Amino acid sequence: MKSPFKKGITHGIPIALGYFSVSFGFGIMAVKSGLSAINAIIISLTNLTSAGQAAGVGIIAAGGSFLEMAATQFVINLRYSLMGLSLSQKLDKSFNSFHRIIASYGITDEIFAVASSQKEKLVPSYMYGMISVACFGWVGGTAAGALAGTALPSAITAAMGIMLYGMFIAIIVPAARSSRKDLIVICFAAAFSMIFKYFLPDVSFGFAIIISSVAAAVIGALLFPVEIAEKEENAE
Amino acid sequence: MSMIIYIAVMAGVTYLIRMIPFTVFRKKIKSRFLQSVLYYIPYAVLSAMTFPAVFYSTDNPATAAVGTVIAIILAYFRLPLTVVALAACVSALVTGLLF
Repeated sequence: MKSPFKKGITHGIPIALGYFSVSFGFGIMAVKSGLSAINAIIISLTNLTSAGQAAGVGIIAAGGSFLEMAATQFVINLRYSLMGLSLSQKLDKSFNSFHRIIASYGITDEIFAVASSQKEKLVPSYMYGMISVACFGWVGGTAAGALAGTALPSAITAAMGIMLYGMFIAIIVPAARSSRKDLIVICFAAAFSMIFKYFLPDVSFGFAIIISSVAAAVIGALLFPVEIAEKEENAE
Repeated sequence: MSMIIYIAVMAGVTYLIRMIPFTVFRKKIKSRFLQSVLYYIPYAVLSAMTFPAVFYSTDNPATAAVGTVIAIILAYFRLPLTVVALAACVSALVTGLLF
């Protein structure tokens, strides 16, 4: 049997590879926007998120107010609240407040997606294994991009931009294949998101994601309610 | 100095958004409706983030579209995350170099 920590590390490696390429791009962008490499690395280490960091660097470069910074981060990253709430439902009893306060640092789209697709309850060491590898990839990629990114041909750095989305696709497509309910929710979310992009461009990226995903999930819950807790309740 | 405040505000807001619901919320949700919403949220969030943003991820919608189609095909056959992500990147790169 693999220890949960090692299992977390194994699950974190593909995330870290994807992160490396994306944060490489972030490092390049941050330096181009006038930040020092050290600032870019500290931002990646303390934020561990893609869209929020990109928007944050934009605000810093434009000399925006601290209030604007706080509001933008709040909106773009509000989805992590939903993810944290969702994950809190499948935590093992060993996940006490201390572990929650630490592990919450690592709730990202990808870590959430992998963690929530696990069949068993989540234990802290599994989450720590996955988070530490993913964080290493994210910060390492930022450092590499900030220090060396401008030396790479632009064709390569441009193509690397798709990797994060490739990972998302690798998570949602198999779900859509095995469950028609999941497929329908996925299609609704994509359709709403496209409506925001092409017909309601004034709505910010963060709000568009929140509204699209909550609306799609509510439609799914109304059309196809799921039964998750039954087994657990019987066991208790 | 203002750089430190910027980064502190960014990091602080982002951390609290993650920490508070995850740490404070201890009850099992009983409502079947809410359970269902939370079950669908991950797929819905990832889908909304991917479409249509993926088509603008490579500076060229044509290469991005090729990468997306390759990723969907490989994901349909349940290849690992890294393989799908790398194949999307390489196919977008090759398409851009060829055309």
